[in-house]
Amino acid sequence: MTQRLAIALLMILSFGASSIADVNLPSYPKGRGEYCVEPTDVMRRDHFEYLMHHRQISVHLGVRSKRHSLVGCVDCHASQADDGTYISVNEPGQFCRSCHVYTAVKIDCFSCHAAVPDAVVKQ
Amino acid sequence: MDKIRFQVLAGTHTGYRLLLWLLIILIGIGLIAAHHMESQGHWVTGMDNRVVWGLPHVFAIFLILSASGALNTASISSVFGGSDYQPLARLSGLLAVTLLTGGLAVLVLDLGRPDRLVVAMTYYNFSSVFAWNVFLYTGFVLVVLIYLWVMMTPQMRGYVRSVGMVALIWRLILTSGTGAIFGFLVARDAYDTAIMAPLFILMSLSLGMAVFWVSTLTLCRWNGYLLSPELSGKLRRLSALFILGVLYLVALHHLTNLYMAHHQGIERFLLVDGGVYPWLFWLGFVLCGGIVPVWWFLDRRFSTPAWTVTAALMVIVGGLCHLYVTIIGGQAYPLRLVSGYRVDSGFYDGEITHYLPSLPELALGIGGVSLALLMIVVAVRILPFLPTVTGSLPGSNQG
Amino acid sequence: MTNPENKPRRRFLGRTGAGTALLALAPGVRLVDLVLAKDEDEPASDETRWGLLVDANRCTTGCRACVSACEDEHALAKTGRNRLDPQWIRKVELVDESNDRSLSIPLMCQHCEDPPCVEVCPTGASFKRADGMVLVDKHTCIGCRYCMMACPFNARSFVHEEVTGQKSYSPRGKGTVESCTLCVHRVDNDRTPACVESCAVDGHGALAFGDLNDAESTVSKTARSQPHRELRPDLALNTGVRYRGV
Repeated sequence: MTQRLAIALLMILSFGASSIADVNLPSYPKGRGEYCVEPTDVMRRDHFEYLMHHRQISVHLGVRSKRHSLVGCVDCHASQADDGTYISVNEPGQFCRSCHVYTAVKIDCFSCHAAVPDAVVKQ
Repeated sequence: MDKIRFQVLAGTHTGYRLLLWLLIILIGIGLIAAHHMESQGHWVTGMDNRVVWGLPHVFAIFLILSASGALNTASISSVFGGSDYQPLARLSGLLAVTLLTGGLAVLVLDLGRPDRLVVAMTYYNFSSVFAWNVFLYTGFVLVVLIYLWVMMTPQMRGYVRSVGMVALIWRLILTSGTGAIFGFLVARDAYDTAIMAPLFILMSLSLGMAVFWVSTLTLCRWNGYLLSPELSGKLRRLSALFILGVLYLVALHHLTNLYMAHHQGIERFLLVDGGVYPWLFWLGFVLCGGIVPVWWFLDRRFSTPAWTVTAALMVIVGGLCHLYVTIIGGQAYPLRLVSGYRVDSGFYDGEITHYLPSLPELALGIGGVSLALLMIVVAVRILPFLPTVTGSLPGSNQG
Repeated sequence: MTNPENKPRRRFLGRTGAGTALLALAPGVRLVDLVLAKDEDEPASDETRWGLLVDANRCTTGCRACVSACEDEHALAKTGRNRLDPQWIRKVELVDESNDRSLSIPLMCQHCEDPPCVEVCPTGASFKRADGMVLVDKHTCIGCRYCMMACPFNARSFVHEEVTGQKSYSPRGKGTVESCTLCVHRVDNDRTPACVESCAVDGHGALAFGDLNDAESTVSKTARSQPHRELRPDLALNTGVRYRGV
């Protein structure tokens, strides 16, 4: 019985390993501008820390710095379709979604937050 | 005393299996309803921006109150020295845990964001009665589980009284806390009074006894156990007393409100011309859930188990009616937005809100009740909750 | 466009101490930021108390300029189910019980000093900012609706279904409670709330916004010279929204 279990476990693991190799790495449109607000490796690792901290100080304390705001992320990272309209960063293949699908981390930002920059309406 | 033995429910006759499957199906329907409400949003319910708490809350508060009250028998047995209540003490503890769990499940699944349960557990605002209740409810489950363990472990017998005392105090605070959820709503004429706390305590005693009657008599019947007529008589008188207590406090509450000029509107609405609410109040609560069961509980001619269960069921129905009138009727009546002015029109201001419970709400509520019942019928198959021999009086088996 | 009030938060030099302590908590925030700290990096101050003065003598029945402005500003789309529509601000018609005189007023979150909604919120999602704005942190709102039970003015609404097309500065979503933010995003950028602006332009100039703690602000001056009241003085909430002529 234990043997069988061990074999089953091994099979599952090896299947998992082989399928990782098959999966496409995330690919997404390049953001606007040369640099992000922090070095790329730092952002990959810690972007949620920045966002969480900014959420706390902006909502509760009223600190309105732009640097680590989610609006800032969306402004640079939302890509535009051929007709110039913005595509949601939460669409498949777009900036946020592609990595979050890859890492299987569910995000809850865009059920409330705008996932495209505000349309510029001048009166 | 040593004549009392406890055992797991023997045999699985058809009735038991049918009940098991029925409960599982009802829980499933409840879960589907909860998922529907969460994925679609609350527009699929009858609730809106005026009646913000609906049928699920009626069921949840009913279950929470019953949970606390179901512990009556255990409390009398271990705190007040009623040794003849001891055969039923374990069952009473079991009901307390399961009913509370069912109630909390309904409450959580009705949240706008049930997925954020962890937020509710990690962010606390200690000025909120609701936040205290989170502690009171989870703590209660823990205390009663320890209480059950102490009762079921012979070596721990010495601690039964002290743990029972903790559980008793805890549940009194818990029901006061549940009442205070409403009592602290200063802007709502229907609730704004400290009487909500003692009222909820008495409602819990009365509803808890009713639920206890129905479940105990059913389980004991399956197990071939008969309550001694003495014990049965005591419990019946106790039930009657609790119902009378509720009726008294409800009368006091409404009379107080009638003396306050600005509360007369809501009183008139709930008791006289508020459509469905006066019917539910007078027919459902006062007559069906109050006067008639008190009569049956006190009259010896109705002392058979069948009559007792019927009376208890009527108390349950009456209690649900009462909670419906209190919770929903209290919200349906418009707020006094501006002192000294009638609110004539606007965004549904100054109007009675017409609330109609929807199917998902009902399914969620029934699902919660079913969850509690399923936990009971499964638990009695696993652990020895049910008494096999009658209480302390020899020869009482003949009843 | 009305002039923003003279803002004490502008006088921030004396309070950089507090700002420094706060910013030091931020991971990745460098000391350089502290030296260059701009107004937007400064937290809301408790020396300010934002408030609104509504002049019921000017407000007229039928005018919905403030309501439309709010809907546009915050992208509050109709749901198609009237009873469930968001209602951050609404027009209410009042009839005086003593003489049947009728009035029209806008009703929104009254930004109480002692807000019942904040008191009852189990998670602290309902909170009052240092400068008196009563807001909902939708990140921690679990949608229990206890605040809606507690609010004396029915000023809050629950989002009953999925929302799309939100503005970047006004996030809102299904399953959480929302209410008037006093246009916190505008006020933090030295602008007045959308309803006030539109009442001045398209309406009847019935709304004045400003710092109630600043003796020189228009609201303070008007409040000193004219009688005004809270809607439910019996509840002693010390609301930030006050009414003239009611």
